[in-house]
Amino acid sequence: MIIFLPLVAGLILAVLPRLSDRIARWAWVAVTAVDLALIVGLWLRYDTPAPGGLAFEEQAAWIPGVNSSYHLGVDGLSLPLVAMTAVIFLACAVYALRNRHRPRGQAALFLFLQSVSLGLFIAADLILFFVFFDLSIVGMYFVIAGWGHGDPGRSAMKFFLYTFLGSLALLVGFIGLYVAADPHTFDMPALAAATPLAGRPLAGGLVLAAILIGLAVKTPTVPFHTWLPPAHTDAPAVGSAVLAGVLLKMGTYGFVRIAMPMLPQSWRAWAWVIILVGVVSVLYGALVALAQTNIKRMIAYTSVNHMGYIVLAVGVAGLVATDTAQARTIAVTGAVTQMVSHGLITAALFLLTGVLRDRAASYDMREYGGLAATAPSFAALFAVGAFASLGLPAFTGFIAEFQIFTGSVAAAPATAVAILGILITAALFLRALQRVFTGDTQGHSVGFTDLHPAEVWSVGPLLLLSLLLGVLPRPLLDVIEPAAASVVDLVGR
Amino acid sequence: MRDLAQVCLWLLVVLPAGVGALLAAARRANRIAIPISLATATTMVGLSAVVAAARPAVSVPFLAGTDLALAVDGLAALILPTLTVVTLLVLLASTGEIHESTARFHGLMLIFAGAVAFTAAAATLPALLLAWEIMGAASYALIGFRWRDEDRMSAGLTAFLTTRAADLGLYAAAGAALAGGAGLALANLSQSSPGWRHVIAAGILVAALGKAAQLPFSFWLSRAMAGPSAVSALLHSAAMVAMGGYLLLRVQPLLAATGWAGPVTTGFGAATALLLAAVAVAQRDLKQLLAASTAAQLGFVVMAAGAGTVAGGAAHLVAHAATKALLFLAAGVWLTALGTKRLAGLRGVVGRWRLVGWSATVGALALAGIAPLSLWATKDAVLTAVGEQSPWLYATGLAASALSAAYAAKILVVIWPRVPADRRAEVEAHFDEEERGNRRVTLLQRVPLVLLAVGAAYAGLLALPPLASTVARAVGQTGGSHASARELVVSAAVTLAVLLVILARRRLPEPRWALRWMGLQAAASALVTRPTLRCANALARFDDRVLDRAITGAARAAVSLSRRAARFDDRVVDHAVTSTSELSMRVAARAARADDRWLDEAVEHLATRVRRLGRLARRPQTGQLHQYYLQAVVVLLVGVVLLVTLG
Repeated sequence: MIIFLPLVAGLILAVLPRLSDRIARWAWVAVTAVDLALIVGLWLRYDTPAPGGLAFEEQAAWIPGVNSSYHLGVDGLSLPLVAMTAVIFLACAVYALRNRHRPRGQAALFLFLQSVSLGLFIAADLILFFVFFDLSIVGMYFVIAGWGHGDPGRSAMKFFLYTFLGSLALLVGFIGLYVAADPHTFDMPALAAATPLAGRPLAGGLVLAAILIGLAVKTPTVPFHTWLPPAHTDAPAVGSAVLAGVLLKMGTYGFVRIAMPMLPQSWRAWAWVIILVGVVSVLYGALVALAQTNIKRMIAYTSVNHMGYIVLAVGVAGLVATDTAQARTIAVTGAVTQMVSHGLITAALFLLTGVLRDRAASYDMREYGGLAATAPSFAALFAVGAFASLGLPAFTGFIAEFQIFTGSVAAAPATAVAILGILITAALFLRALQRVFTGDTQGHSVGFTDLHPAEVWSVGPLLLLSLLLGVLPRPLLDVIEPAAASVVDLVGR
Repeated sequence: MRDLAQVCLWLLVVLPAGVGALLAAARRANRIAIPISLATATTMVGLSAVVAAARPAVSVPFLAGTDLALAVDGLAALILPTLTVVTLLVLLASTGEIHESTARFHGLMLIFAGAVAFTAAAATLPALLLAWEIMGAASYALIGFRWRDEDRMSAGLTAFLTTRAADLGLYAAAGAALAGGAGLALANLSQSSPGWRHVIAAGILVAALGKAAQLPFSFWLSRAMAGPSAVSALLHSAAMVAMGGYLLLRVQPLLAATGWAGPVTTGFGAATALLLAAVAVAQRDLKQLLAASTAAQLGFVVMAAGAGTVAGGAAHLVAHAATKALLFLAAGVWLTALGTKRLAGLRGVVGRWRLVGWSATVGALALAGIAPLSLWATKDAVLTAVGEQSPWLYATGLAASALSAAYAAKILVVIWPRVPADRRAEVEAHFDEEERGNRRVTLLQRVPLVLLAVGAAYAGLLALPPLASTVARAVGQTGGSHASARELVVSAAVTLAVLLVILARRRLPEPRWALRWMGLQAAASALVTRPTLRCANALARFDDRVLDRAITGAARAAVSLSRRAARFDDRVVDHAVTSTSELSMRVAARAARADDRWLDEAVEHLATRVRRLGRLARRPQTGQLHQYYLQAVVVLLVGVVLLVTLG
């Protein structure tokens, strides 16, 4: 249904021979808008399923030989991500209305990517998940290689090889789960109910390690993050937005969807390692971002920082103690909220940095100054995005980070050190604002054209949504909270 | 009635925030900004009066199982009207100072006003933190209002980062409150489990000290003076900085419950009151002097929270808000008109604009603690409570009041004496050194000054009988609340003496350490900022050179390994295959030769033999009968012989 609409439309766009670029661009916008409308309809009809169950479930035989079926469904973990994905792709489509460089191919490729991303979040079967996971890597490779700048071939190759290697580790883990399950199956709800490898700490640990490495590369966490900055720097703005907004979430989504419910005992055993990786990612990502002069690299490293909060929170969920169940649920709720929040805000920021590239072909902050004079709308939107990203209340970032911090500190006081992350993030964003937008107008800022309508209408709604959900978070949290509670229950088994 | 009051409470926070956001975002609203903003501020005054009378409480579900709750209790009922009135007066006066980007200015000020009302009424930690950080962000944007000056932007950055560093305490406190089991409502924090209670108190204390510009965070307030004077008047005296002290008053039961937090709070307050007063005495810039004095005066509020006299602290907060807003606005009026805020440039300024001068004088005298003006009574209400706990802290407080008289006198000896004609050029050389003065003072600038002067004069009634006990009942305080008569007399005498001495001598020491705010910012920069940046740069290098290179190296190693494998493939495997095939070719060739030479020959040989044999076999077939007979006989004979011999 929702998954294949963009795919079909993409194929049509790619195949139809004499289609003008203009039609292709608008068709892309129309398709993403329809898809978003369908998802909004889905959200309105959504009722929280029973713990461990899925809503809008569909199942069809696919590869019966290995007990793998075409099994789909949504719950409180996936529905927000599905909606966020559709919003980001729509924003990208609107932003790309100004693209003059092979728009038809781009539209087709992005529609393909959208299908794949939606499919991944809806998949309830490991093989299906894996297929979508790998296809997303392939799609993004072509986006970077085909529409990138700088040294796109090399960055795309690095991205591809690195994340593909990660996906192989993931596959090894999946096969481990399959082999251990009795009867052998790749079905997610079945595996979560059966918890294979429950009594075998060594095998469970190895399988968890394989899955964690696969997801950690994709997320990415320190030390597997070095593919991210070059990929972002050389990707086109829409590519970066999708990469940061949607593709990174596939890693973190894997934690809550696969690793935690299926390997609860190993997760608990390794909880402190995961927490440590999370805390290191938070602080390391923020500090390295602070030292950047390239604004796109800087935002890429803040993604490492933001993903670190998620890893920290899901790690804390593994520290099972009877009196902290509420705190751990809050932390996991915060983690899922952070996935949505980071998607909206970082996608907006990457689209905005695309404007710098478009006008002056430079991401170097030192080459700008006083840009607020020539581009006031750009400055205002960027400032809003920066404050949203540094976790200012009234934006979703605060909702997410407040829950992550309170939940984590309540369950494991030592994790309070991660709170320093929001201070460093604040410092780096304010420094960036100061360097690029204030002071005397100089360098590339002279004669800089302010935002075009397509740019305002793509970035603005993303930030507005972040503001709305930041002020009125209940519609989002009502969906996430039951699912987070059920994940915490599953880990506690 | 109840519903109406609840709606009013929501409106009090939502209306200014919404209108402010629209104004700040609007592109071409500069012309209508001022009327809209003043109308909103006036509405806020009315709303705050309603909620102060009706004391409603509202809440909506928010996050982490906690509501976003607002409640107006006695303390909030006292503070909210003060805040809204000061906001309106400051916005009125700002019309004479801010002439460009008025929509952005008023928008941000209204957002700030909404946030500060939210903070004052917040009943849960998430609600408090939400508004608390928005205040900080609004402060950043307002300090950096004139964004073309790098210096003002970095001043905003310093202010935001310093207060946010302290705010981290609130995040930690929220976690601890969740773990403590009593929930995130501010009123319940003191019932948390004993272990966690300490963490909560420490976290809140740090956040409040940061916002209230207490030691060791005071330096950000000095930098914040780069903002417009109207901003200093509202944010950096009456509202935001004051909220730091206000928060401590609000959680006073928690501080008391921990045992240690009360005395520690009093200690920080006393140290700030004394040292920052000394800093204020040494300043040569009017706004810097007022800033240091703000930190010092907030020190008294902090002491009040530590000593448990919420009523005294609240009264001091209100009185100080009026006094300091007045003085900052006066500084702003002079800065806009003359282009300088240096004391050397403000000599004899009272003579230029009488009304402004007289208002400022009332403010300065109140600040000095001269009886019967406001701060005299409120400060002594605090000191009485402190004195009951420790005579040393009381002595510190009294010394701090003496110093406040000194710095207030410093202002008076500058602005009053008429400058002799021969030295006038010296003073006027300072004009326009910071911005271009317009040599005008508008009516809208004067009216707020007069109203605030009235407040500065009479707000002290809150700390004197009979109002004092009403205030104490309202904030839920039991026991003594107002200053003792002895205390009032002693402090009035001390401050008056100091004032008179300085008015007579006209000279004050300006030690270097105090002039530079005790080197606090240099220390923060050396101990925190620079090491962090160095660490960041080192990590970035590590990331590029070690981590990334390790990955690239691994990839390169993989490539070189595959290249080697390819070479191995070419040289060894392929060679082996080639040589095997060559060998087999050779074997084949040899086999072929052997085939030709031996097999074929052998076959042909055999064939020749067979042929010869055939020819031989054909020989008996002669066709002649007698020969056949002979052959038969021979065969028969041979048969017989064979039979005989073998048988």
